[in-house]
Amino acid sequence: MYQFSSKLKIGAIALMVIGLIGIIISFASAPSTEAEAAEILAHQEAAHGAHGEAHATKTIAHDETHEHADKDAHHVDTTHEKHADHHAEEGHDSGHLAHVFHQLQNRPWAAFYVALFFFTFVTVVVFAFLNIQRVAQAGWSIVLFRVMEGISGFLPYVSVIFLAFIVITAFHGNHLFVWMAEGTVDPSSPNFDPIIANKSGWLNVPRWLICSIIYLVGWNVFVYLNRKNSVLQDNASDLKHYYKNYKLGVAFLAFFIFTESMSVWDWIMGLDPHWFSTLFGWYVFATGVVSALTVIAMVTVYLKSKGYLEIVNNSHLHDLAKFMFGFSIFWTYLWFAQFMLIWYADMPEETTYFVQRFDEYKFLFLGMIPLNFILPILMLVNSDFKRIPQIVLGAGTIILIGHYIDVFVMIMPATVGDQWGFGWGEIGSVLFFLGLFIYAVFTTISKAPLIAKGNPFLHESEHFHY
Amino acid sequence: MSTNKVIHALYNDDDVLMDAVKTVKEANHHIEEVFTPFPVHGLDKLLGLPHTRLAICAFIYGLCGLSFAIWMTNYMMIEDWPQDIGGKPNFAWIYNMPAFVPIMFELTVFFAAHLMVITFYMRSRLWPFKEAENPDPRTTDDIFLMEIPVEDNEEELTALLNTTNAVEIKVIEKH
Repeated sequence: MYQFSSKLKIGAIALMVIGLIGIIISFASAPSTEAEAAEILAHQEAAHGAHGEAHATKTIAHDETHEHADKDAHHVDTTHEKHADHHAEEGHDSGHLAHVFHQLQNRPWAAFYVALFFFTFVTVVVFAFLNIQRVAQAGWSIVLFRVMEGISGFLPYVSVIFLAFIVITAFHGNHLFVWMAEGTVDPSSPNFDPIIANKSGWLNVPRWLICSIIYLVGWNVFVYLNRKNSVLQDNASDLKHYYKNYKLGVAFLAFFIFTESMSVWDWIMGLDPHWFSTLFGWYVFATGVVSALTVIAMVTVYLKSKGYLEIVNNSHLHDLAKFMFGFSIFWTYLWFAQFMLIWYADMPEETTYFVQRFDEYKFLFLGMIPLNFILPILMLVNSDFKRIPQIVLGAGTIILIGHYIDVFVMIMPATVGDQWGFGWGEIGSVLFFLGLFIYAVFTTISKAPLIAKGNPFLHESEHFHY
Repeated sequence: MSTNKVIHALYNDDDVLMDAVKTVKEANHHIEEVFTPFPVHGLDKLLGLPHTRLAICAFIYGLCGLSFAIWMTNYMMIEDWPQDIGGKPNFAWIYNMPAFVPIMFELTVFFAAHLMVITFYMRSRLWPFKEAENPDPRTTDDIFLMEIPVEDNEEELTALLNTTNAVEIKVIEKH
């Protein structure tokens, strides 16, 4: 049995308290009137005196490229037109202020939402991975089942917060989802948006609210039943509970393959209601699954360093690291496949998504490539390195930071535009959920033996070596 | 040492073979070679064979392919004959880079795969029409064969191998 050490518990609670303070500060410092927003903007301008200069050099650089382009008779200049549009938009000063005011108001919510979604999604994908192992009747991973069950134990905690967030959002407590605004589907309203009106069969608040509740409650029911059967199987004389869990696993995976994509459309793609990508569900799943495997590996390494999980050997770690390596490539493949098709076709309604990310989030958007692809590949390509806990932890930290940024770049552009940053809200939210994660996961792990001794494949897993 | 005698012990199951290899190794006998119809997991470790360096070659070949693809796309599509495809900028390689990624990926795989096969053939001294080296053609079907050199201990070895569930044991003069 694992003992949740008081040191770790205090650390987790401290993280939660610090995080909560950060979240409160971020909400308190968000502007409540347009006048306050104007003040913040003026402050920003003053603080970034060099900002104007940077813009100037940018323009020069642009001109140079244009000259270069002009030499080429065939070149069709689309970037220039887009730029002009952008300037015209900014011409409306008062409209711009209202816009920034909404973005600043959104920012603490969005910061909280990035961390909330990231932690929830990674947890549910850990549970999905556990069920894949069950349904495939995999032999190697049985000794890690209690670790995965422990991480899944975080889902109820985070789901309560997620449900509260969803109800607040549905009742207009925040304005993250533009399609929820008043009058978007009413032709007589100045807010009328024909694209959203056409999609209102899916994008309407009652459907969104009910579906979100179904996803979260459904996942939690499966987590609860899976855990119950798994613990009961420990001391059972027959395999009744094992077979039950197998069937539950099949049912969950069937449920999850739909709800995963649908929840991602609702919770992330819905932030940009004009834009769509058929690959989006899988792309976000790739982010989730590589982070999930990383989290499993990290918790395993931690428990092993504390002297638990004696029968987990370096071949098990090797397999987890192989998955981290493989899914990093899988993520890059989907990320690039989504980007390249849109880039190549260059249809305005699709390209806007990436234009905004290149204009306002270039550093983060391109910074993901070394974090999520190049570094994990180089660190984990060697088969001996996959067995060294320190290297797995190092690569894992890079992967988790990279995929947090990935979620950040999915959510922030639609909600706060260019008003993003890493302040109290962003860091506080991550710390809060990290603390809650540690608290919930290790509480769950401490409640049952670390080895699922009733599993018929345990023997195979114990002797697993590659 | 003057003798060229070897013992061939034949097995019909890979698990039995693995146990036999363990037994022979524990008795401190040298195993010259094991012939198997398919790769047996963990056999290389049991035999104490050095780790293959083919993986390092593959990595380097992949990098060569990647570099070649970058050079090739730049020469063909930017320097030598710039073409306007779908209005994409063609005055600098980097602006067109996303279009070249599939080519870079494919050539990386192509170089790694083909050069690795060639390296493997060279390293194993294989070439077309080469005469087979395996001592018993049944090792290409369903039989596992362990070859142990004899150094005046023929009887001891035979006795040991008899305990390992071998289906056939024969002493052979090697030329």
